[in-house]
Amino acid sequence: MSQLAAKSRTRAGALLGAIAILFSILLGASPAMAQAHTADDPSTYAFTIAGTLQEKDVPIPGVTITASQDAKSFQTKSDEFGEWTIMVPTDGHWKVTLDTTTIPKEFHLATKDGAIGEADLTQTDFAAVLFKFGSAAPVQAQSIWEQLVIRVFAGFNFGLMLAIAAIGITLIYGTTGLNNFAHGEMVTLGAMIMWLGYSFLHLNIVVAGLLAVLAAMAFGWFQDAAIWRPLRKRRLGLNQMMIVSIGFGIVSRYVLLLFFGGDTKDMSGGQTIITLGPIFTSNTTLISMAISVVALIGVALFLTRTRIGKATRAVSDNASLAASTGIDVEKIIRIVWLVAAALTGLAGVLYGLQFQANWSVGFDLLLLLFAAVTLGGLGTALGAAVGALIIGMVVEVSTIWMPSELKYVSALLILIVILVVRPQGVLGKKQRIG
Amino acid sequence: MDLIGIFSLAGNALISPMTVGYILCGIGLALHFGYTGLLNFGQAAFAALGGYGFAIATLDFHWNIWGSILFGLICSMGFAAILGIPTLRLRADYLAIVTIAAAQALRFYVGSSTAEPITGGSAGVSQFGEEFYNLNPLPADLTFNLGTVTLTSSEVWMRIVAWVVVGIAVFFLYALTRSPWGRVLKGIREDEDAVRALGKNVFSYKLQALVIGGSIASLGGMIFVMSSQTNQPSNWGTNFTFITWTILLLGGAATLLGPVLGGMIFFALMTLIESALGILVDAGLLPFLQVEQVAQIRFLLVGLILMLLVIFRPQGFLGNKKEIQFNG
Repeated sequence: MSQLAAKSRTRAGALLGAIAILFSILLGASPAMAQAHTADDPSTYAFTIAGTLQEKDVPIPGVTITASQDAKSFQTKSDEFGEWTIMVPTDGHWKVTLDTTTIPKEFHLATKDGAIGEADLTQTDFAAVLFKFGSAAPVQAQSIWEQLVIRVFAGFNFGLMLAIAAIGITLIYGTTGLNNFAHGEMVTLGAMIMWLGYSFLHLNIVVAGLLAVLAAMAFGWFQDAAIWRPLRKRRLGLNQMMIVSIGFGIVSRYVLLLFFGGDTKDMSGGQTIITLGPIFTSNTTLISMAISVVALIGVALFLTRTRIGKATRAVSDNASLAASTGIDVEKIIRIVWLVAAALTGLAGVLYGLQFQANWSVGFDLLLLLFAAVTLGGLGTALGAAVGALIIGMVVEVSTIWMPSELKYVSALLILIVILVVRPQGVLGKKQRIG
Repeated sequence: MDLIGIFSLAGNALISPMTVGYILCGIGLALHFGYTGLLNFGQAAFAALGGYGFAIATLDFHWNIWGSILFGLICSMGFAAILGIPTLRLRADYLAIVTIAAAQALRFYVGSSTAEPITGGSAGVSQFGEEFYNLNPLPADLTFNLGTVTLTSSEVWMRIVAWVVVGIAVFFLYALTRSPWGRVLKGIREDEDAVRALGKNVFSYKLQALVIGGSIASLGGMIFVMSSQTNQPSNWGTNFTFITWTILLLGGAATLLGPVLGGMIFFALMTLIESALGILVDAGLLPFLQVEQVAQIRFLLVGLILMLLVIFRPQGFLGNKKEIQFNG
C-alpha cells in the first residue's frame, strides 16, 4: 500500500506544476516506476485489487479473500489493519469473494450476499473493492413508505447535484448551440482537484473546494479560448463541433487518467452522521444540498436580474439580434463558459465528497446530464434544473423495485421515452427540435 | 523486441479479426453517417447484439451456425427499429445522444447480475465457436508465418472468412449506394426537405439505412468475438464506438473503401506506436510513463485524431470534400 501511496503522491506532485498547461502532459513529470514484468511471480503482476475490511472503524484481520477470473484465482488474507492486496496478471473483470467462514464471530457482513464483490480492471491497473460490514437490519425492516422517503431524499440530493452541472450544459448549448460531450470532464476535474487539495494536501475543505472550482473555471476558459472560439470563427458546423467535443472529451479523460491513476479517490472523513426520521445522512450531504440550492438560486438571480444575465438570455434567444443591439456576443460566451465551468466543477466537488470519484466519473454522469437537459428542454436553464431533479429522483426511487446496478438504465430509458412523447422536453420550446 | 518483430505485429494488426470487426462496423457507419447523415454513436450496441445474439443462440438455443448468425442479425435489426422509430424524426444531434445512451444502457444491462443467466453478467459468454472452427477446410497442421508471428490453421481460417465478409459487405453496399435507393439516401444527407418535397418517405429510408448499417455492424461484432470465442460487456464500451468513428473519418466517411483503409492504417499505426513507446519506456527514455500506461495513450490518440480530422480533413484520406455534409 505504501508503494501505491508513493505512486499517487508523485503523480499529484507532477500535477500541481502542470494545472495551467493541462495539455502538456508529456512534458510533465511523474517518476518512472517501470518494473520488469516476469511471468508467474505474483509480485510483478501489473494489476492490483485491494481494500480494507472494517466494521465501525475496527479492522478485521485474518479473512481469506479470493480474486478469480475464469480458471485463474488468487488468494490473500487481510492483515492486522484489515487491509488486503491481491496482484493479478490480467485485466478485465475479477470476481472477489470473502470466505465467510474465516470472518471472526464478532463481525458481520452488512448483507447476506455482501461477500461477493467485483473489481473492474478493464481500463485501469488498480481497483478497490469494498465489503460492507455492520448491521444492515434497518434496511430489511423498512416499510415501503420509509424506503420511499429515504430514496426521495437521496434522489433530491443527487438531482440537485446533477442540476448545477446540467445548467452548465444548457447555458453553453443555449448560447453557442454546442452539445458539449466534453462537459463531464469538468465534473471529473472538479472532483480530482478537490481530492488533491482536501484529502491529499489536507487543505481546509473550503479552500480546497474553491481551488477545485477555480481549476474548473480555468479549464473552461482554456477550452473556449483554445478550441471553441477558433472553431466558431471558422464557422464549423454544430454537428462537427459536437464530434470535436467527443474527441476533446476522450483526450481530457485520458489525460486525467494518466495524472491521477485509475483508482477511486476516497474523500470521506470528517463526516458526522445525522438522523432525520428514517433517513440516515451526514452533515456533508446536508451542507452539499444547501450549497447546491444556493448555487441554483444564484444562477436564477444572475440570469434574471443582472445585465450580463439578461444579455446571456438574449444571446440564447437570437444571437444575431442580440449582436445588433450592441451586445458583445463573444464576451457573453466567454462569461457563460466561466459560469458553466464553475457550476460544473462545483458539482464535481460535491459529488466527490459524497460518493467518491474516479477518472471516468464525469463521463458516467454525462449521459444522465444529457437525459436531464433533454427532459427539461434543451437550452432552458429552468428546464435543466427541473429535468435534473426528475432524473435524480428516478435513478434513486427506481432502486426500490429494480436492482441498483440498473439504476442508470432507468434514467436512459426515460430519455428515450421522453423523446417519443414530448421531444421538446417538459419546458422546452417547439422550434428547437427541428 | 526487434524491428522485424514489431513490423510482424503491425502486419498482423492489418488483417486481424479485431481489425475486421471494427472495419465492418465502420462500413455500417459509412452507410449511416457518410451516405445518410445519421449521427449514430451507438455502433458498439449493434456489434454487441451481433456477438451476444450469436453466442446465446448457439449456447442456449443449440441452433446451428446459420441460425445463430440470423438470430444475431435479428437482434440488431430489432434494436435499430426500437431506437430509430422514436428518434429518426428528430434533429441529428438528438440521435447522437439517444444512440450513445441506448448503447450504454444495453451494456449496463447485459453486464448486470439480472441478465446473468442469459448473458453471463460481467464475465460474459465464451466457447461458442466450435461449429465455426469445425467448418475449417484447411489442414489442421497448416501454419502461416508473418515475420515472427505464426498463425495456426484456425487463425488463418478466421482471417479468410473475415475478409470474405468484408468483401461481400463492400460489394453489397456498393451496389446499394449506386441504386436509386442509394441516391435517395444521399439526397436525404444533402437536403432532407427537398427529398420530402419529391414525395419520398424520408423517415422510412432513414430507418432502412439504420437497419442495414446496423446489421453489417453486428456481423462485425460476431467476427470480433469469434476469434477469441469470448464476449464480454467490457468489449462494447463507448470507446468501441469512438474508435469506429475514428477509422471511418480517417478513411473517408462517404466512401466504402475508406473504413477498410482507415481500419488497417489505424490498427497498424497503433501497434507501431505502442511498441515504440513500450521500448522507450523500457529503456528509461520516457521517465514520466509507466508500462501499464502505454495502452492508455492509444485512447488519447483516438481522441486527438478524431478532433484533428473533423477540424482539418473531414473528408479523410479517400473522400471528396463536397460529399461531407454535417447538417446543422
